Amino acid sequence: MYRYDEFDHDFVQARVAEFSDQVERRLSGEITEEQFRPLRLMNGVYLQLHAYMLRIAVPYGTLNGAQLRMLGHIARKYDKGYGHFTTRQNIQFNWPALSDIPAILADLASVEMHAIQTSGNCIRNVTADHFAGAAADEVADPRPYAEILRQWSSVHPEFSFLPRKFKIAVTGAERDRAAIQTHDIGLHVKKNAAGELGFAVYIGGGQGRTPMVAKKIRDFLPEADLLSYCTAILRVYNLYGRRDNKYKARIKILVHETGVEEITRQVEAEWQELKDAELKLPDADIRAIDAYFAPPPLADRPEGDAAIKLARLDSKSFSDWLDQNVVTHRHPDYAAVTISLKGIGEVPGDATDSQMEAVADIAENYAFDELRVSHEQNLILPHVARADLKAVYDALVDIGLATANSNLISDIISCPGLDYCALATARSIPIAQEISLRFASLERQREIGELKLKISGCINACGHHHVGHIGILGVEKKGSELYQVTLGGSADENTSVGEIIGRGFSSEEITDAIEQIVDTYLGLRLNPSERFIDAYRRVGPAPFKEALYAGETKAA
Amino acid sequence: MKILTANRLTDGIAVWYADGGWAETVDHADLAHDKAAEDRLEAIGAKAYADNEVVDVNLIDADVVDGVVEPVRLREKIRAAGPTIREDLGKQAARAA
Repeated sequence: MYRYDEFDHDFVQARVAEFSDQVERRLSGEITEEQFRPLRLMNGVYLQLHAYMLRIAVPYGTLNGAQLRMLGHIARKYDKGYGHFTTRQNIQFNWPALSDIPAILADLASVEMHAIQTSGNCIRNVTADHFAGAAADEVADPRPYAEILRQWSSVHPEFSFLPRKFKIAVTGAERDRAAIQTHDIGLHVKKNAAGELGFAVYIGGGQGRTPMVAKKIRDFLPEADLLSYCTAILRVYNLYGRRDNKYKARIKILVHETGVEEITRQVEAEWQELKDAELKLPDADIRAIDAYFAPPPLADRPEGDAAIKLARLDSKSFSDWLDQNVVTHRHPDYAAVTISLKGIGEVPGDATDSQMEAVADIAENYAFDELRVSHEQNLILPHVARADLKAVYDALVDIGLATANSNLISDIISCPGLDYCALATARSIPIAQEISLRFASLERQREIGELKLKISGCINACGHHHVGHIGILGVEKKGSELYQVTLGGSADENTSVGEIIGRGFSSEEITDAIEQIVDTYLGLRLNPSERFIDAYRRVGPAPFKEALYAGETKAA
Repeated sequence: MKILTANRLTDGIAVWYADGGWAETVDHADLAHDKAAEDRLEAIGAKAYADNEVVDVNLIDADVVDGVVEPVRLREKIRAAGPTIREDLGKQAARAA
């Protein structure tokens, strides 16, 4: 993985010193809250309902054991013994004291981590496929490009005060696991007919109160032009993006209002001015960054097949976990493992200090010291020898992280909601917990098959409800929580925004409603291999509306 | 009725104005029964904000239930108690102990 060079070390240390000084001056009253607020936000410090919240960047979701162990240490020493992994592959702590944040940032810097640009109207943490470097279907590892973008965008003087925040995601495979079409810029690494690497470029995707699927503005951008082209996009956005209305300030609105053709023309025109200048990436530079992401030496471990066959016979729960949470690796003797942070009835994305430390140990012992945070709020061990899977499983069982539910209905994305968030209008976590408990049976979940359920506690859509096969949006209506259901969203290579199915449900009704939707699907699918999303696309909303609301119409 | 709430500057912990100071629980927050009392609380909040004691100062609706003050809105009830999903955290934790 990427290691800081001298410049990175100095930069992060300098920022720790600078922000420590700002905190000190704030605490002494030398600067006001108005002055301090933008400074703390630039360093990931929010104020939530109960306390401050610190959001720490995990660049493109990649971590090593020492880093995860440090996050566990921070959870224990400065927080309340746990952290929350987010849909942007970051981690948040919910209870840090402002006066402790300089010490936390110093601890983070000691393991090459920081909280820079995790808030504010700048280019945020660049996200990537969590199976990057391991996936069998990958054209190239997307992370070197994400790292190049990180270096370019860090305190970029021209792009630190954009009309609004700006999110970039990169995938290196046809099968999009990074949800690139829901980002301000989505990059799909691909090869052209000549076998050269480059990108399909999408812009203007986003969720929030106005969900939009990104539009492809270029089918193939040579890799050397990555920064010049992104600069051109950001320039057009910075110049024409709306600053008069916060809710219309994202690039998706500009793309929508300008039209794809015209904005493509503007970007291409800007790019003509930039493409052959200093932003052109020298091949040697790209390859130097590539080298940081060189895969670990994967020695052949052909004994894995026999070991797994035996272990399967011995343990049904291991066998279930293997079927659900382990995916094919590009090396046949290895696999990529999803560590579910969605235990039945647990808080999606939360991990305790000791779980983080134990997972760090597992990564060091069995996974070449590599870990990922997925945007679906799970942890990933990207490279595990199949021969070691049983040992990994046993270690995960010991810490309660062996739930076999990856991609099933209980693998729910949920924002913190009104239990923590100052912007939320309704709770999301308790809804996730209740649905998870209702569908606790693994047998039942597997019968249902792949189903992406996503919950947000307000219109800002941090819980990605718009792109859930089933999405739930919590709002406040007449002083009570009300949950609106959308169906048919997805965040893969066929991204779609879900449609509101009808009137919302109270917190007492919502789980029954979800069960009714699932039962309706089971009743109408052509066969067990027709996933919920495929069935919905085939039949549309009518049967689901009928199941949910027919009684009411008749009664009325 | 209104009460005055904020978050303490140093640690961000939710606090309510009671008996001439900032209390960590809502139970005995000073109640404003009329506009004059609301203005008085608001002035106290503005001064505490200017003095860098607290941030995010707000006057919120409250009732008295069984002799203790209780915020009206769910959001404020959760602030006053802690996350509903973690009863071991927030103000409710101390109450349970």
